[in-house]
Amino acid sequence: MVVQEAAVVVIKRCLLRLLPVRFLIGACLALVCLPVLAAVLPDERVDVLQHQYEGGGIKVSGPSVLVRKNIGTKVSVSANYYVDMVSSASIDVLASASRYSEERKQQSVGLDYMFDRTTYSLGYTTSDENDYQSKTYNLGVSQTFFGDLTTLSFGFAFGQDVVGRNIKGMPDPSFLLDKQQRRYTFNLSQILTKNLITELSLESGTEACINMKEGETCLNNPYRSYSYVLNGARALLPEKYPLTHNTDAASLRAIYHLPYSASIRADYRSFSDSWGISASNAELRYIQDFKKDLLLEVKYRIYSQTEADFYSDLFPYKDAKNFMARDKELSPFSSTTIGVGLTYKFPWTLPGIDKSTANLYWDHMQIDYEDFRDYANFSGIKAPDAGYKLGEEPLYKLNADVIRFYISFWF
Amino acid sequence: MISAKVVLITLALCTLLCSSCSRVKPWVKPYERQNIADPIMSFSRDPISDSYLSHVHDAREGAKGADGGAGGGCGCN
Repeated sequence: MVVQEAAVVVIKRCLLRLLPVRFLIGACLALVCLPVLAAVLPDERVDVLQHQYEGGGIKVSGPSVLVRKNIGTKVSVSANYYVDMVSSASIDVLASASRYSEERKQQSVGLDYMFDRTTYSLGYTTSDENDYQSKTYNLGVSQTFFGDLTTLSFGFAFGQDVVGRNIKGMPDPSFLLDKQQRRYTFNLSQILTKNLITELSLESGTEACINMKEGETCLNNPYRSYSYVLNGARALLPEKYPLTHNTDAASLRAIYHLPYSASIRADYRSFSDSWGISASNAELRYIQDFKKDLLLEVKYRIYSQTEADFYSDLFPYKDAKNFMARDKELSPFSSTTIGVGLTYKFPWTLPGIDKSTANLYWDHMQIDYEDFRDYANFSGIKAPDAGYKLGEEPLYKLNADVIRFYISFWF
Repeated sequence: MISAKVVLITLALCTLLCSSCSRVKPWVKPYERQNIADPIMSFSRDPISDSYLSHVHDAREGAKGADGGAGGGCGCN
């Protein structure tokens, strides 16, 4: 029963949690600090976005509002309100539980102070859901050199999370785990020619469980289970993860202005972590500006990764290793994403508004898992009853659509 | 108490550093940055949108980080 409760789970951490844990710090770094343009304050603007992710039995949608305003000529403040509303019947949930709904709310505030060619940034982000709370603090400094052709930025973020667990929909007061995260970023942006900009980014991160008791781990989804062979069938037990996780990533990107109001952009990133995962992704993006009022963007992205040292779709027996996971995000897989989007600039202006745009972007992701088997999703029939042998079930594939619709105002 | 000698040495070093920096002339002149300043040359035209998409990738993939700074790489104005 514990395992089944846990299943509801899988998604909880898979979507909501997945977000705060690894995304929260990145979000605040991206939204409220470290503008690459150190010599000027960021644009004053308001963005109202509606997002939707749908795929693999999961639907996540919600609004996001970002407001950025200058105070005088040296200070810029920003605030962001973001909501994830999750409805899930994912493969993990189907394996051992029923669908669930959940909501996560995130708020961020940031402050940038510009002094000559240096910008100092501070930010604070908080995220709340019924079994996970997170607070993140970040600071950064950015400096331009050589006639503003070079921009150098450093950033640091510190996060404190409390991982909880629900039992039959109610919080379990005996299950509260402390986690800390730190993230260090370095960013170098360089104008190479009058048509070419490049950027190098480095990032190291660490997350660790604090004050754990014997047998406790905080880095996994407390509801997810690993799978092992018992009497010729799959049996489930709660996952066991290491207490620390260190990550390193490096990326290089370039964008080139074409002669006919268009640009082409290339990105590459390499990633590795202390759990044995190596990953890389590359992306090509083309942007065409039609007469300054309509902008078209198309892109193609590929991604691949190896598995974590302690991942297995099916362990041979109970407690086969010190650490055991069956999280498909830790499994080996490759994915492709195609995307297309339009930005329309309204020809009219409103009082106090310099420019306004409407934007619609769609991305389609296809993920092919190489060692994550679909043993439970046969119209409710478990794999053995569907005629598949243990460990030879079909490999799981995931198709997802991501839609962003937003309106932006500059003032 | 900082001695006058330390202050003088520091000032001399700063002067040297500044003078050496000034020898690096911007090879893209301000009047040549029209294309660079174009919004389609920004690595993140709309931070709220890019932040969300990074969020989706982080959720579905094992890798994370090094997404770059928000904003463009222009250095215009």
